[in-house]
Amino acid sequence: MMLLDQLPILLVILSMLATLLVLGAGWYNRSVCYGIVLLTIIFQFVVSVLLLTRVMNEGTVRYYVGGWLPPLGIELVIDSFSGFILVTIMFLALASVIYLKKSIEKEVPYEKTVSFYVLLQLLIIGLIGMTITGDIFNLYVFLEISSIAAYALIATSRRSYSYVAAFNYLVLGSIAAGFILLGIGNLYVTTGTLNMAELAVLLPASYELSTVHAAFLFMIIGFSIKAAFFPLHLWLPDAYTEAPSAVTVLISTVMAKVSIYALFRMLFSVFTPSYIIESFPITDFILIVSTIAIIAGAVLAIAQTDLKRLLAYSSVSQVGYIMFALGVANLIALEGGLLHILGHAVMKGCLFMVAGAIIYQAGTSRLSDMKGIATRMPISCAAFALAGASMIGIPPTIGFMSKYYLVLGALDAGLWLYAAILLAGSLLAVVYIWRFIEIAYFAGGDHGDHAPQPAFLGREVPVSMLAPMVSLALLCLFLGICIEPVMGIVGPAAALLLGGA
Amino acid sequence: MIEFIPDVFFSRYNYWMAIILMLIGLYAIIAKQNLVKKIIGLNIFQTAIYLFYISFAEVRGGTAPIYLPEGAAALYVNPLPHVLILTAIVVGVSITAVALSLIIRIFEVYGTIETDELVQAVRER
Repeated sequence: MMLLDQLPILLVILSMLATLLVLGAGWYNRSVCYGIVLLTIIFQFVVSVLLLTRVMNEGTVRYYVGGWLPPLGIELVIDSFSGFILVTIMFLALASVIYLKKSIEKEVPYEKTVSFYVLLQLLIIGLIGMTITGDIFNLYVFLEISSIAAYALIATSRRSYSYVAAFNYLVLGSIAAGFILLGIGNLYVTTGTLNMAELAVLLPASYELSTVHAAFLFMIIGFSIKAAFFPLHLWLPDAYTEAPSAVTVLISTVMAKVSIYALFRMLFSVFTPSYIIESFPITDFILIVSTIAIIAGAVLAIAQTDLKRLLAYSSVSQVGYIMFALGVANLIALEGGLLHILGHAVMKGCLFMVAGAIIYQAGTSRLSDMKGIATRMPISCAAFALAGASMIGIPPTIGFMSKYYLVLGALDAGLWLYAAILLAGSLLAVVYIWRFIEIAYFAGGDHGDHAPQPAFLGREVPVSMLAPMVSLALLCLFLGICIEPVMGIVGPAAALLLGGA
Repeated sequence: MIEFIPDVFFSRYNYWMAIILMLIGLYAIIAKQNLVKKIIGLNIFQTAIYLFYISFAEVRGGTAPIYLPEGAAALYVNPLPHVLILTAIVVGVSITAVALSLIIRIFEVYGTIETDELVQAVRER
C-alpha cells in the first residue's frame, strides 16, 4: 500500500535509474540494453494503467515530491486527462519499443546502439514527466529533457541529412522552449507561483494585465512550435523523414501528442476556458488556422514523393484536427479532439511502422520504388490499408469516431462551414492514402508492361516488427467498435478541461 | 508623449535590455548563414531570458537571502528565479553542446557550415 502511494514518482525515478543501468550495462554487453529498456517500458505501462484505474475510481491523484506541499514543493498530478494521455503514450511507446529492435539494427550504426537506448529512455522519461507534472517550470525542464534526447535521436540515423534535420529542429525547438520559459517568467511575475492549480486560482484576478496576455501568447507560440501546428511546422517533415524509422514512430506518436497535451493543459487548466474565450478571445483565430492546417497539410502530403515525408505532412494535417477541437472549445468537440489524440497516435504509429518495415526490407522510402510491394509484404500493406482507412475516417474505425465527434461539436456550435472543411480534409486524406495503396497493390507487372519490377529481395518483416504493427492496425478498428469504454475515460477528461467535475 | 517615452523606457530599462538582447539573438538565428553564428544567436537569445528572470527577482535594497537568527534583514532578493535560471543555464549548455556536435558532423559530411553552401551540397548529393 505504501508503495502504491509512491507510484507517480517511481514512474520517473526508477526509469532514470534504469537509464543509468542501460549506460553501465552497455559498457560490458550491448545485448542486455534492449532487455532493460523493454522491462522499463513494461513497468511504466503497467504503472500508468494502475494510476489511471485509480484515478477513475478515486479521483485525481496528487503526489507531493519530497513531502513538500504545493506552493513550495513540486506536485505531480494525475487526473483523468493526464492519466488518459499517460496510458496512451505508454502503450504506443511499448509498441514502438517492441518494434524497434530489428529496425534499429539496420538503421542505426552498431557503435551508436548503447547511446541510442539511453537517449530513448530519456525521451520517454521526459515525456512522462511532462504529462504528470503539476508545476509549470518542471514542465519546462521535462520538455527540454525530452527535446534534447529527441534532437540527438534524430541524428543517430545513417542518413547523413539527418544531422541537418536535427540541427534545424534543435534551433526551432530551442526558440520554442525559450518562448515557453519567457511565458513562465511572466506568469511568475504576475502571480508569484509556479503551481498549475494555484495559477488557475490566482490568475483570474489579473486577466486584464498585458503581462498575462504576453505570457499567454509566448506559451501558445512555444507549444505550437513543439506540436508542429501549421505555420510553425517547418521542422517536422525533415525531422520525421530523416530520423530512424523507429524514432519517427516514437516522436510522431508519443512526443507530438505530449506537446499537444501540454498546450491543452496550459490553455484549459492554467488559463481557464473563460480566459481563452472571453478575456483574450483566441479560439476563433485557432479555428481558422487549424482549418488551414488541415487543408494545407493534406495538400502538401499529396505532393510528396517519399512515403515518410507524405506521412509527416499528414501529421501536420492531423494536428490541425486536434487543434480544431481547441478552437471549437465545447464538450463534444473536445471529446473528439482527445479521441483524435488517441486515434491519431495509434494510426500514425501503425503507418510509420509500415514505412519503417518497407525501409527495413527494401531500403527505400521513395513511393516510386514501391510498385507492387503488396505482393511481397501483404501483411504490412494490409495494416497500412486498415490504418489508412482510419486516417480517412471510414466508419467503424477510431478515425471515424473522432472526426464524427469533431463535426458534431462544430455543428453544435453552429460552425457549418468549418464542419464542411473538416470533411473536405478527410477527402484529401483519401487522396494521399490512396497514393500508396495504388502503388502497392495496383502498380507493377499486371498491366502487361515490360518494365520489370524493381529488384526487391525482401519478404515480410520479422514477427517482432509485424506484431506491434498489426495490433495497432487492429486496434484502429477495435477502438472504433468498442467506443464506449474509451468514451468513459475521454468524457470526464474533456469535462475536466472545461472546468466541470 | 515626449516625456512618456523616456519614462517607460528608463523606469523599466532592465526589461527593455532583455527584449533588445532577445531580438538581437533572434536576428542572428534567422539572418546569419554560419551555423555556429546561429548557435551564438541562440545563446544570446537564451541569455536574454536569463537576464529577464534575474532582473525581475531584484528587490531594491535587498540583500542575499541568507537566514539570520536575529531576523534583522527582512528585505531580501527573491531567490527562486535564480534557482530556476540555474536549471535553465544547464539546459542551455546542453543544447549548445548537442548543437555544436551536430555542426561538427555536418562539417564532416558536407565540408561546410554555411547555410547557402550547405543547401548546394545537399542538392548535389
